[in-house]
Amino acid sequence: MSKRYIMGNEALAYASLVAGVDFVSGYPGTPSSEVIDTLRVIKPRDCHIEWSVNEKVAFENALAASWCGQRALVTMKHVGLNVAADPLMTAAYTGAKGGFVVLVADDPGAHSSQNEQDSRCFAKFAKIPCLDPAGVQEAHDMMVDAFRLSEELSLPVILRPTTRICHQKSDVELGNPENPEGGHRKGRFQKDPRQYVVIPAHSRLLHKRLNEKQTEIVEKVAASGYNRYHLEGPHGVIASGIAAAYVEEILPPGVSFMKVQAYPVDQEQIRSFVGRHMKVLVVEELEPVLEEQARQADSRIEIHGKLDGFIPREGELSIDLVDKAFGMAGIGSQSPPADMIKKPEEVPMRPSIMCAGCAHRPLFYMIRKVFREGVYPSDIGCYTLGLQMGAVDTCLCMGASISVATGMYHAGEERPIVCTVGDSTFLHAGIPPLINAVYNGASIVVVILDNRTTAMTGHQPHAASGYTTGGEPCIPVSIEAICRASGVASVETVDPYDIHSLQQSLERAKELQGVRVIISRQLCVINARRAGVKRGRYMVSPEDCTGCGVCVRFGCPAIEKNGDMAEINELCSGCGVCAQLCPSAAIRRGR
Amino acid sequence: MRTVVSIGSDQEGTLMEICNVLIVGIGGQGVILASNVLGEACIHAGIPVRSAETHGMAQRGGSVDCHVRIGSRFGPLIPKGGADILISFELLEALRFRHFLRRDGVMILNDLMVVPTSVFVQGLEVPQREAVISRLEGEKYMLIPASKLAEEAGSALTQNIVMIGAASPYLPIPEESLLEGVKQTVPAKTREMNTRAFHLGRTVAEEKAK
Ligand code: SF4
Ligand code: SF4
Repeated sequence: MSKRYIMGNEALAYASLVAGVDFVSGYPGTPSSEVIDTLRVIKPRDCHIEWSVNEKVAFENALAASWCGQRALVTMKHVGLNVAADPLMTAAYTGAKGGFVVLVADDPGAHSSQNEQDSRCFAKFAKIPCLDPAGVQEAHDMMVDAFRLSEELSLPVILRPTTRICHQKSDVELGNPENPEGGHRKGRFQKDPRQYVVIPAHSRLLHKRLNEKQTEIVEKVAASGYNRYHLEGPHGVIASGIAAAYVEEILPPGVSFMKVQAYPVDQEQIRSFVGRHMKVLVVEELEPVLEEQARQADSRIEIHGKLDGFIPREGELSIDLVDKAFGMAGIGSQSPPADMIKKPEEVPMRPSIMCAGCAHRPLFYMIRKVFREGVYPSDIGCYTLGLQMGAVDTCLCMGASISVATGMYHAGEERPIVCTVGDSTFLHAGIPPLINAVYNGASIVVVILDNRTTAMTGHQPHAASGYTTGGEPCIPVSIEAICRASGVASVETVDPYDIHSLQQSLERAKELQGVRVIISRQLCVINARRAGVKRGRYMVSPEDCTGCGVCVRFGCPAIEKNGDMAEINELCSGCGVCAQLCPSAAIRRGR
Repeated sequence: MRTVVSIGSDQEGTLMEICNVLIVGIGGQGVILASNVLGEACIHAGIPVRSAETHGMAQRGGSVDCHVRIGSRFGPLIPKGGADILISFELLEALRFRHFLRRDGVMILNDLMVVPTSVFVQGLEVPQREAVISRLEGEKYMLIPASKLAEEAGSALTQNIVMIGAASPYLPIPEESLLEGVKQTVPAKTREMNTRAFHLGRTVAEEKAK
C-alpha cells in the first residue's frame, strides 16, 4: 500500500479498522478526539461507534463488547482514565475476551489539560500491559498488535500515545483490513459468574490469577520486540515514547541505545543493558518509570535522568532539552553555541480567546454585572476562557463546578455562589453533583452553558445535541427535565444574545434561595456557521460613537479600536450583543 | 540559499538533509492547511516528512505554529535556532517565533499586521507596522503582499497558498510536487484559484530575490 500523510490519531483510527475492530466508544478529550472523529466520517463503516456520555460509561460499554467476543476500542485522554479508573481496575480481574484496547492519550506539557499524569503508572497499577509508541507508524502498527496481545493474554491493553504522536503528521504506510469480507463479529455473552461477578469469593481468586499472569505478560511483551537495544560503548541511553525519537536524532556515534515502547519491561533486559555500561542516561516524559527500574537494576552504575535533574520533571521534552542532558551527562552534545540562538522577542501575547459572537461572553459579562460580589466556580470547556473576564474562580475537573459550589456554600461562604458548566460537561459528570446539591440543601446558582455541542474538543455531538455520533437524528435529552427531576427549585432557559432577558433572569435567580438553574442556550457560533446561520455584520456609526470604550472592553475579537473610535472587523458573526451594550446606540446591523 | 541544519542518519544508514520549515500565524488563517500542502507534496515527491501542529484550547484568534520537517524520520519538533525557513502569515507572529530561525535562515512574511484583541481590551500601546519591520533588521526576510495577491487570484482565502508559493523557491521539493500538494489539500472547487495563488506568490518571490 502506498504512503499517506496523516495525523497520528487518524493513523490509529485506520489501524483499528485494519485490526477489524467491532466496537468503538469514547469521550472527547484533547489530544485523543480525532480517533473517533476520523471513524465517524468513514462510510460505510462496519462497526459500532459512539461518543459515550463519559469515559466510565464508554469503558464499560466497550468492555462488555469484549466480553461478548468482539474486538473493542475505547478512547479518552489521560484524565478521562481517572473517570474510567473504577471499571479499569476490576477489568484486569475479569479480563477481556475479544481484543480490548484502551487508548489513552497523555499530554506532557499540559497543552490542553489540567494536569500531566502518566498513564504508564495506571497500567502498572492495574497490572496490565501498556504500549507507548515513538512515532506515528509505530502507533499504527501497535494498534494492530495491541488487539492481538489483548486476546493472547485475555486482558485489556493500554495504548498510550502522547500529544506529539496524536497530533503529529507523518508519512505512514497503512495496513490492509484483516477481515476484508466486511462482516464483523456478532457478540454473544457466555455466562460465567466466576469470571464476571466480582463478589469477594470470586475476586480473591481472580486477583491471584492476575498476579500469576504477570510473568506471562512480561514474556509476551518482551517477545513483541518493542523493547530493544544495541551496544556501542561505555555510555548508554534508555528512552521511551516520543523522547526516543529525539534521542535517535541526536545520538552521538559510539553511544548505546535502548528503545522502550512496551511495558512492563523485563527487569532482566534492563539489567543486561545497564550492567554493560559505565553510565546510563534515561530519557522519558512525565514520571521516571524507566529510570526507577534502571536504578534498581544495578546500583553500581551511574544513572542520570529526572531524579537527579538532568531531565526536567515537568513539561514536555524537546531535542533541545535532550541535547542539554547529553551535555550534562558528558555523552556528547551537539548544541550550537549559545550566541547562535536568538533571544525570544517581547511581543504582545495572543492567547486563545472565545470566538467573535460566542454566547459565553455575554453570559460571563452579565454574571459579573449582576453578581458583582460573587464567587464563580467553573468547569472544563471553552468557557474556562471566562477566566479572562474575571468570571472563573475555580476549575478542577469535569463536573466539579457544581460540587465545588456546594462545598463552598456549606463551608460558610456568604457571597453569592454562581457556577458555570457546559452542556457536555453537565451530562458527563454534572448530574450527580446537582442532585447532591439539592438533596443536601445548598443555595447556589448553577448556569448551564448549553451550546448543543462539545465545542472545545472539536464539536462532537452529545446526548442533548439531537444527532448521533454517526450523524443520524435522535431525540435530545432534556436538560430542563433532568434539572426538574433532580428537585431544582427554579429552572429558567434564556437566550444569552438577548442581554436584557439574560440580566432579568440572573436578577430573578439572585432573589431566590436553594439550587437555581439557568440554562443559557445558544448554538456555538462555529456550529451555527456550519449549519448555515447567517446574521450579517454589525457596524459602528462614526457619527454616533463617542469613544467610550464599553464595546471594546467587552472583548469580542471583532471589535477594534481605531484612534478613539470603535470599529468592527470581518470576524463579526452578527450576534448583536455589542449593539445592546453600546450606551450611544452607535452599533447597528450593517447591510 | 538553504544550508544543512541537522544531519541525521536514516533507517538505511545514509546521510540525508532535513529542511525545517516553521509556519506561524493566527487561528483561522489556514496555517495548518498550508502545512498540509507541504506534507502532501512530500508524499508526492517520496520524501519522508514529520510535522507537529498546535491543537490547544485555541478555537479562534490565538497564535498558531506548525512545524514541518522535510526529510525527517525523527520527531516532529524543530529545535530552537533550527528552522531553515520561517513562513509567517502575520508580522507580530514573525517576531514572536524568530528565535526558532537558524542564523542564516530566511523569513517569508505576509505584509499584514493583526493587533491582538488583548491590546485593545487592556488599552496597551498599539504596535505599528513600521516599528515591527524595523525590529527585523539584520534578518533575511521577504515581505509578500499576500492579501493583494490572493484577491488577484480570486479570493482572500487563498493567502495561505500565496505564502506557500512565495516560499517555494526555497523549499527542497519540486514545484510539480508542491502543485500536487495544493491540489490534494484545497477543496476541489477552488483548485484552479489556489493554483493561481501559488504561481502569483512564487513569481513575486522570484522577482524579489533578484
Ligand atoms: S468554539 Fe463555540 S463555544 Fe468555543 S469559544 Fe468558539 S463559539 Fe464559543
Ligand atoms: S455583533 Fe458585536 S459582539 Fe457580536 S460578533 Fe459582531 S462585533 Fe462581536
